[in-house]
Amino acid sequence: MNKGARISIVLVSAAVAVGLILFGIFGYLRTYPPTVVFTPSPTQPHTVDVTLQVAPDVGPGHAHPSWPGWFAKNAQGKWVQTTLYQVPERTYVHVTVYEYDSGGPLRNPIWGKITGTVGNDAVLNGKTVSLLNAAQGFGVGHTIVAPALNLSVPVWGLSGNEKTFCQTGPCTLSNAHNVETFTFYTGNHPHNYRWQCFIPCGAGYLNGNGGPMATTGYMAGFWKVVA
Amino acid sequence: MAMTEAEMRERKEYAKKAGWKIFAIWLVLSLIGVALVLYVWGPHMPPGDMTTSAASQQFDFKVLTAMVVPVLLMVWVYGAWSLINFHATKTDRGDGIPLRGNRRVQGIWYVASAALVLFLAGFGTYELINGNGVGSGEGPSPIWKPTAKHMLVVQVIAQQWRFTYRWPQFGGMETTSIDLPANTTIQFDVTSLDVIHDFWAYQLGVKADANPDVNNVAYTTTSNQLGRFTVRCDELCGIWHGAMYNYGHVVSKSAFYTWASNMEAQNASVTKLLPPFATTYTPSYSGAGGGYYPSYDPNGHAVTY
Repeated sequence: MNKGARISIVLVSAAVAVGLILFGIFGYLRTYPPTVVFTPSPTQPHTVDVTLQVAPDVGPGHAHPSWPGWFAKNAQGKWVQTTLYQVPERTYVHVTVYEYDSGGPLRNPIWGKITGTVGNDAVLNGKTVSLLNAAQGFGVGHTIVAPALNLSVPVWGLSGNEKTFCQTGPCTLSNAHNVETFTFYTGNHPHNYRWQCFIPCGAGYLNGNGGPMATTGYMAGFWKVVA
Repeated sequence: MAMTEAEMRERKEYAKKAGWKIFAIWLVLSLIGVALVLYVWGPHMPPGDMTTSAASQQFDFKVLTAMVVPVLLMVWVYGAWSLINFHATKTDRGDGIPLRGNRRVQGIWYVASAALVLFLAGFGTYELINGNGVGSGEGPSPIWKPTAKHMLVVQVIAQQWRFTYRWPQFGGMETTSIDLPANTTIQFDVTSLDVIHDFWAYQLGVKADANPDVNNVAYTTTSNQLGRFTVRCDELCGIWHGAMYNYGHVVSKSAFYTWASNMEAQNASVTKLLPPFATTYTPSYSGAGGGYYPSYDPNGHAVTY
């Protein structure tokens, strides 16, 4: 093989290697969980129903099976592990959360107060509440806080010793759970509104705020309000 | 070929005249430039004049820029003059007059540079003391305190990834929004519940690191200028650092007391759940959850204002 051919092989190999590395890096950086789209029914044009659940472990088949995470029920009734939810503007969003995870005290009790919902309250297991005292009972499992929407809703947690405590998601109604419902208005400013959990549930990470707390699809995401 | 004595004298004479011309051009342009900086651009310099510290910072920027202008123009005017006039001609037979060894030029350069730097050191120190820290975090034991008898204390609690505010003079309530009264001296007690953040209220000219277990105190006095200000975290604090911001408002005193009273009433239920007000708090490091409580002593260490 002459010198020119050898140089060509080296250059082409190097270019392919660099290309593969860049493809891998950008492929990783551009990996997002799916967005579940919620649309109003023809009879109720300005309301959508959103059903969510929080599982203590998202379970096998996901990138981090032992992390807690959120699932959303899509239009086909299938649970999708994601924290990206698309809803229309100028719409009342009725949210039902099934909490399957254990609870604990909030690092900052202010996140126990419900704000940004219609009436600044929620219905927990059939009872209207406006504040959850996380220092009592089993505490708060997780929270949905979207600062720019002024939305802050804590979700009551379970005892981890429940007989039917869900081990991996998506959990079913036969597992021990709490149900919390609330409604918020999306307003007239289409935007991707960031939301996060304020229970530092990234156990094993610095201050509990790494891992799932810092990963879209687990404990942080966006309410995508579209026109 | 070396220059003759006559040529040398001619060049010295030429250099002298050129020097005076350069000086004259520089002086005129500098006067215009400094005036433009002080009176045209200066009033629009950030961070504005919403507070004493912001106005002080704006004044400092004006002074610094005004001092830079003559230095910059000296370089530019001399450079431009050189490009236009100090180029070789066909009849040139040597270099110009050497500057090396010219003690007068060297002396002027040394004295001017030293005067400039020493003035800036003195000016900066005076401004820092005179402005009570000029809105910067002074640590837990500030040495420059305002003389105002009554100060509004606002505790800034940073946490991944949001600021909350506690108001010890309003029952220790905690809010997610911040309003401030006009014409009032404010004491910011800045701390963190987790990692290092930085409280930067841009238009207020207030900037203080938020460290866990540290009370970083910063002072400012609001002017009578009402309006919105931006609060931003200015220390890379994790994945949602870029989203850690909110807006506050400087409002009239009466509007502030109305707002504070409303917030106190609205937050009464959650205020009962908060730990006693303290300058710092230690959250549980157990990982998941864990309440925050006054540092080192969950039952005490409370502070009253």
